[in-house]
Amino acid sequence: MSFQIVVCGGIAPDPLQTLEPVAGPALKNEMMLPAVLDPWGSHALYEAAHLAKQFPGSRVVLVSMSPRSKLQQVLMTVAQKVAFELVAVDGPSNGFTDSAAVAEVLAAAIEEIAGLDKSKLIVSGGWESATRGSGTTMQMVGERLGITEQFQGVDELRVVDGGGFEIVERLEGGKRQVSRCSGAPMVLGWATGNLPEPANQPQVGMANMRVIMPALQKARPAGAVAVPEYRSVTLPGVQRDTRIVRDLSPAEIAKEIVEWINS
Amino acid sequence: MEVDIVCVGFGPAAGGFLTTLNSFLTSTPEPSKLQVLCYERADDIGFGVSGVVTKARSIRQSFPDATVADIPMAAAVGEEKLVYLLDPHGASRRSVSVKALDEVVKLVASDSLKGVELPYVPDFLHKENGWILSIGQFNQWVGQQVMMGGAVQIWPASPVLGPLIEDGRVVGVRLADVDVRARLTVVADGPVGPVGRALDEHFGMPEGHVRDEWAVGMKAVVELPEGVDLEPGTVFHTIGYPEPEIFGFFYVHPDRLASVGIFVPSWFDNPVRSTYRYLQHFMQHPYLWRYLKGGVLRSWGAKSILESGKRGEPFLSGDGWARIGESSGSTNVLTGSGVDEAWETGTQLAQAVMELLLDGAAFSAENLERTYIRRRRVSWLESEAQVAQHSRAGFQSGFVSGLLGMAMAGFSDGKVNWPLHPHEKAVSERVRGAEEYFHGVIPPGEIAQIREECRAAGRSMHDALMERAGWPTIPFDGQLLMSQQDALLLGGKVTAGAGLVDHVVFVEPKVCEVCRAQVCIEICSGEAIHASSSGSGTPEFDREKCVHCGACLWNCTAPGGGNVAFRAGSGGLHSAEN
Repeated sequence: MSFQIVVCGGIAPDPLQTLEPVAGPALKNEMMLPAVLDPWGSHALYEAAHLAKQFPGSRVVLVSMSPRSKLQQVLMTVAQKVAFELVAVDGPSNGFTDSAAVAEVLAAAIEEIAGLDKSKLIVSGGWESATRGSGTTMQMVGERLGITEQFQGVDELRVVDGGGFEIVERLEGGKRQVSRCSGAPMVLGWATGNLPEPANQPQVGMANMRVIMPALQKARPAGAVAVPEYRSVTLPGVQRDTRIVRDLSPAEIAKEIVEWINS
Repeated sequence: MEVDIVCVGFGPAAGGFLTTLNSFLTSTPEPSKLQVLCYERADDIGFGVSGVVTKARSIRQSFPDATVADIPMAAAVGEEKLVYLLDPHGASRRSVSVKALDEVVKLVASDSLKGVELPYVPDFLHKENGWILSIGQFNQWVGQQVMMGGAVQIWPASPVLGPLIEDGRVVGVRLADVDVRARLTVVADGPVGPVGRALDEHFGMPEGHVRDEWAVGMKAVVELPEGVDLEPGTVFHTIGYPEPEIFGFFYVHPDRLASVGIFVPSWFDNPVRSTYRYLQHFMQHPYLWRYLKGGVLRSWGAKSILESGKRGEPFLSGDGWARIGESSGSTNVLTGSGVDEAWETGTQLAQAVMELLLDGAAFSAENLERTYIRRRRVSWLESEAQVAQHSRAGFQSGFVSGLLGMAMAGFSDGKVNWPLHPHEKAVSERVRGAEEYFHGVIPPGEIAQIREECRAAGRSMHDALMERAGWPTIPFDGQLLMSQQDALLLGGKVTAGAGLVDHVVFVEPKVCEVCRAQVCIEICSGEAIHASSSGSGTPEFDREKCVHCGACLWNCTAPGGGNVAFRAGSGGLHSAEN
């Protein structure tokens, strides 16, 4: 048995950056900010590669709508981690676009993947993303592809002896829902997953580049992607009070944090 | 893994090399089958540090159609001023000759601004028709241009541990988990890069060449407050403050951004020479504060600069390898220019490589000598480096002597130098304890007490000693003036990957235990090196705070230096606006 695993993942500002929304809406100096593959999408990609290894003959395709030059830069790091093919769509990746419009673009890009066998298709991606908290995009991608088996907030995917999968989804209140699914096609909206970020492997990077560079050069423009009208955009307030403290036990640190919250 | 060409480090030198080579490979069908890889230590190709004002002669030759509008944060040099700054606090250490110079300056300096704009900028310093760049943004832009060609791959987050040397021939490099063998290894990993240093150790230095002059360059990118109407392209070079030995700069980018920074040189004798603390005093000087007050820190970073120039030029090539950029001694210490020079070394090597590829010749020592070294020796780079070679030797004996030496070398095209018989001293030869530096200012007993208190608390000594010597407390505003740790987080966005070993190691702990100065702690740009919490006397290292400036490497005052091992490591700065 083999699968065709399509992972949807855009880019997001490097998590350490200071973000400043401006009218538009957009992020100030967005194209100058260092970027990473969206952390939620990254988890989906690592899980996909892990699954593909267990089923020889499987393929992993990353579908990404992002500004092409930034995506290329990001992929020079990501491509060292796991093997995948790429379908690039040159478009915005800033979180201000409409989920349905993004889903439309991604679904169309997936439909166009050469040699796609929908009976083996697992569409995977971040349940949410670092730039968007709607949790709806993956669902709508699945709907547009006609996939009815959908799992959102996935923490774990287990292969069941004798075929099929057991899927652990995250629910409110720290609970988990465990479902069984006989197999593809299905949609997996990943939460954090269970796998650590793989170490860089230069050989994997070299092999990936043979397909990634041509795919980047063939990136098709997304065209006009709908953007809702925003009345205002603000970031959560940040309060900083840095101190250097040594030799404090975790219990003491926890106590101080609790006191701070209570105050 | 086997490739044709492996390049170590992605900065301006590698940018010049890969840009030139890429144009060739993408326009010439046959050699385009070559595999050319570049490995960069930092987590992204845009995490370099430097506010740059450059004539950009070589860079513009590589991009004949480019304008500053194409490169983020770039501006054409406009008004350029050389400013002498007086010390408004009377806290800096000024020699008799500097005090005399101050008195002259006071006759014409503005009372409120405590500085004077010198009537002209010497031609050798001038960057007329040049560009102001953010090196982070420039590297990112260059990397995108290069990789779009498809013939060259630049891999970030890939520290190279060292060269592979077999029978006197460099056959590639070693990464964490894999050896990469190559027909040609291009070493562009900067002055503190492990590959270049390993080559120096293996092959030695040419006779009479030595790397004994360094500086820490530290800068902040500041969003200037509304109402500040400095034109993009404005350049201030400053001298005189915060200490006579510390030079400064202020470059204005588009969109009300400015790069503001200082250089703390190896010939500055203060053992508690905190670049960060001095930078904060520099920014608050009245001449600059009128523009910076109310500004917001956007980015911050630091790097070591090799200021030995031509005197520190190592062997440039051999069988299977060639060196380019700052670590090849290309920085011009008279004109204060290094980026365009580094770029030029890269283009020269690329032209040599193209010549050898077309001839079907090997990357042997003889062939690289005939093509790369020959090009370099007959270029403007070499003739200007010759002029600059001894231009800064005067600073070994003091600020005024140094200015005199620069002027003599600059105005005579290097024919006349001062002093006539220079004797350059490394940090380990000249920096002594705080008792010697603060002699007559702070009693030795008090210094000993401060040292004891600071070490017990795991703190560096510079804040306590500088404030005792008369420097005012920094009025943190949380926007521009902030603790060094906040600058790491808000400015540099410094981080380190999990699960890696420390790349800074104290080789012989016993040597550190008896070291009184511990300059490595004071100079550390990220406060990553700190006094031992166990009281052992050997400093400790926090990898998560390291900005990889490498200052600890050349600031060790142990006899002969060298008790700090500075190895390949990942992480560091995560700001691309540097």
